[in-house]
Amino acid sequence: MDLLNAIVALSNFVIVPAVAYGAQLALGALGVTLIYGILRFSNFAHGDTMAFGTLVTILFTWWFQSMGITLGVLPTALLAIPFGIAGTALLVLATDRVVYRFYRRKKAKPVMLVIVSIGVMFVYNGLTRVILGPDDRNFADGERFIINARDFREMTGLEEGLAIRTTQGITVITAVLVVALLFWFLNRTRTGKSMRAYSDNEDLALLSGISPEKVERVTWLIVAALITVAGVLYGLDKSYKPFTYFQLLLPIFAAAIVGGLGSPIGAIVGGFVIAFSEVAITYAWKKVLEYAMPQALEPDGLVQLLSTDYKFAVSFMILLVVLIFRPTGLFRGKSV
Amino acid sequence: MSGNPYQDDRGNRDRSIANPLGVGEVDGYRESGEVKPAPGKPFLSAEGMVGGYGGGDILHGCTITVERGEIAVIVGPNGAGKSTAMKAVFGMLDLREGSVTLDGRDITALTPQARVREGMGFVPQTSNIFTSMTVEENLEMGAFIRADDFRATMEQIYDLFPILRDKRRQAAGELSGGQRQQVAVGRALMTQPQLLMLDEPTAGVSPIVMDELFDRIIEVARTGISILMVEQNARQALEIADKGYVLVQGANAHTGTGRDLLADPEVRRAFLGG
Amino acid sequence: MSQTLKAPLLFALVAVLILGTGFLQSWNTAVLILNMGLVSAVMALGVNLQWGIAGLFNVGVMGFVALGGLAVVLTSMPAVPEAWSAGGVRIMAGLALGAATVIAGVMAWRRMRSAWLMIAVLIVGFFAYRWVFDAGVGAVEAVNSAQTGYLGGLGLPVVLAWPVGGLLAAGAAWIIGKIALGLRSDYLAIATLGIAEIIIAVLKNEEWLARGVKNVIGLPRPVPYEIDLQNDPAFVERAATLGMDPATASSLYVKFGYSILFAIVLVALLVLAQLALSSPWGRMMRAIRDNETAARAMGKNVTARHLQVFVLGSAICGVAGAMMTTLDGQLTPGSYQPLRYTFLIWVMVIVGGSGNNLGAILGGFLIWFLWVQVEPMAQGLAAGIGAILPAGSPFQASLADAAQHMRLLTMGIILLVVLRFSPRGLLPER
Repeated sequence: MDLLNAIVALSNFVIVPAVAYGAQLALGALGVTLIYGILRFSNFAHGDTMAFGTLVTILFTWWFQSMGITLGVLPTALLAIPFGIAGTALLVLATDRVVYRFYRRKKAKPVMLVIVSIGVMFVYNGLTRVILGPDDRNFADGERFIINARDFREMTGLEEGLAIRTTQGITVITAVLVVALLFWFLNRTRTGKSMRAYSDNEDLALLSGISPEKVERVTWLIVAALITVAGVLYGLDKSYKPFTYFQLLLPIFAAAIVGGLGSPIGAIVGGFVIAFSEVAITYAWKKVLEYAMPQALEPDGLVQLLSTDYKFAVSFMILLVVLIFRPTGLFRGKSV
Repeated sequence: MSGNPYQDDRGNRDRSIANPLGVGEVDGYRESGEVKPAPGKPFLSAEGMVGGYGGGDILHGCTITVERGEIAVIVGPNGAGKSTAMKAVFGMLDLREGSVTLDGRDITALTPQARVREGMGFVPQTSNIFTSMTVEENLEMGAFIRADDFRATMEQIYDLFPILRDKRRQAAGELSGGQRQQVAVGRALMTQPQLLMLDEPTAGVSPIVMDELFDRIIEVARTGISILMVEQNARQALEIADKGYVLVQGANAHTGTGRDLLADPEVRRAFLGG
Repeated sequence: MSQTLKAPLLFALVAVLILGTGFLQSWNTAVLILNMGLVSAVMALGVNLQWGIAGLFNVGVMGFVALGGLAVVLTSMPAVPEAWSAGGVRIMAGLALGAATVIAGVMAWRRMRSAWLMIAVLIVGFFAYRWVFDAGVGAVEAVNSAQTGYLGGLGLPVVLAWPVGGLLAAGAAWIIGKIALGLRSDYLAIATLGIAEIIIAVLKNEEWLARGVKNVIGLPRPVPYEIDLQNDPAFVERAATLGMDPATASSLYVKFGYSILFAIVLVALLVLAQLALSSPWGRMMRAIRDNETAARAMGKNVTARHLQVFVLGSAICGVAGAMMTTLDGQLTPGSYQPLRYTFLIWVMVIVGGSGNNLGAILGGFLIWFLWVQVEPMAQGLAAGIGAILPAGSPFQASLADAAQHMRLLTMGIILLVVLRFSPRGLLPER
């Protein structure tokens, strides 16, 4: 029995990756929940918008790299993120102007907007593939690790190593900053409050003189920022591939619903709930258990609850359990 | 199937894709019309209003006037078009005929939002607060169109409704029925309106709370704000009214001071239960 | 234009497009488009039943289509006796144990109202299930893994797989509908989105079932093989009288065989759907759709009706999935993608006309034609533009690359344009 090594192994293979993944999902789910709360539909084009934001960031990253501009130990992509956000903002605002606004003026039902977003999804899907192709792209540069496994072992003299990648560290720090900024905006600024008011009671907000156009514009801007950051962090952590981003739709929706659609805090908690369950259920626990259990009880199998290919199943199971026992989600969203 | 194909949701009620909560009826995109001068009319004058919601007319030549600082009350049987008349004054339905003037300006062509800027305050019957926001945020949102410092107004409202000061950090949705109505009235007062319109402010509150609310409304009127109010509790409302309108089928049936109407045997028999 | 005139005209347009393909490109391509158009039309019919008639938002079409594909393997492939004796019984016992665990868990919750007991039952049951099941899977997958490595099927005629595919899809739909439609408000969209991904994950991973990503190839056919036709002197002679060489003739003959079978299924389903729509049942479904509150007040069990129509629509998608896999002659779980098998079907229904069966069928053919033909058109266009550009310019290559992704873009634009200018589709419900 060796609890210290067990904890290190657990951190290395479960906690650190899940925290990073959870932060990425939380940012994505925040975007979904904002659109659901304020524009009142679930945006099926979310994953592809995320891909587009990442794509623009990658293009700027390459351009900076070709000019010899880098951030040293940090990934150059961080420098390119503002440009990615700007590009995505232009895209979503143009889409809103050309596509969505028409339906809002017709007072279209939310389901109509959902179907419209499917059309937008197809268009974005084609757009990202036309621009950068469907293949995997790796755009992380700079120092790979904050601590690598060997250094950790030498430092602590433990058998197990703990590796924290730069991208994981950046993910967590960026996510915390972005979320803090978002909450400050929503709860402390006049525009932020007007967005909450619009989401709460549209008629009363309009009668109070809140401009729907402005609320919608600002919502899309925030969503563009959140989603680009989420996409770039995910891409740095893993890699960029349009199809993977499209598939992130399911865990992101699951996170938003588990937390309670329309609730920003719920989206964050939901993101981590989904991420931790996904990693924990698809992780082979053999190593951790070997350290943690007395010799006699050590498992002989891999102790992997589900193969990693079933990670979507995990988000889905969590979702079902929450919906059955708490249909409004963990944080009383707007579901019922 | 409705006439507007964009509003056809085929009965879908899937909450994982569509959010029906908080969806409104007011058209936030309509351009407002122009204000025209109309001197020589009473402070608020809504004359010969004819109109309804698409299907058919509900108002058939209804006229309502209110002088400065007056409390005017609209009463009448169910379906008489009381709330509709008030919404028409506020611009929430299109009039086919008639005009609305406020303080010598013709505002018939204005959207409700624009009428708020012209000095009207409106408290809807239901969904009249932002339930997920704190009391103070509700008041702030009421003052959204104001560019100046509104803290003094907020203090006045806290003085008028002291309970709201104690609960200002609490979510408005967690308050009791009477307190919610106070928030709703307070929100509407934040724009410092010249005319405050209340759609059944005492619906669903206890008699004690009702008396309390009426007291507050009298207090508001004493500061020079005109009040136009629709009420189910006709007797109590007419007792505080300077002017009363009895509507029947979208037209004026009786008009007079509150006291006159209470004394009128016909009004008593038909609408006040003897 | 009145609808009585519009429908025949639009269908004539589709016919012209397909015949045009035959004359201008090749008859092989034309018949291929026709066959997949028929399959797509069946899928669209299923989705239209759910969305058009009941307003149910099913974004898991892919899963039900894939279950149909699985049905083909399970029904028509020969059984693998060695695999059965190696671990088949163990796998079945494991699955039974898994099902028993779920039922026991549900019972624990329903009877005892104890979440802890339920969780305990589920955890213990899960480990027991894995212990029994995993060993069986290992044994089965070890049996001649290059060729089989799975349990095989029942060895029945392949056409039987079509109704079986419908049944499989219906079963899955019943479970998912029971959960997602039975909650206080519907959560069908997210539930179907999830279940579709899970079904694909199961197909990819459970090699004992249908060989996973190793694919099952050489599925039996309901039509003759080309090579047999070419070796048949009578057939060769008949082909010669028509002025065709035996290879082309046999290929067309086989494809037309599929067309006829598919057309029979499509027509049968269309007739059934139309009858259902005009029956009291169909009127009730539309009454529920148009005013659910009133229908509830009249004592209609809305949830049960929704579940019914959801199961039926999914079953039709399952049948279509089985037909498609039969046409392909192989099951390749890796090829199922939501854009192609879920959202494209939605485009068909919306563009064709939600709530109108003929509209859905029209959408199926039209969108499938465009899906196939946009890419060559875009490539032609790219080549045209490329020819103007200086030779060897990097734009030429990227244009050609871009052309292959134009179909996604085009589908999106078509959907958006139709939604905007004709929100009820090309053939509206009324």
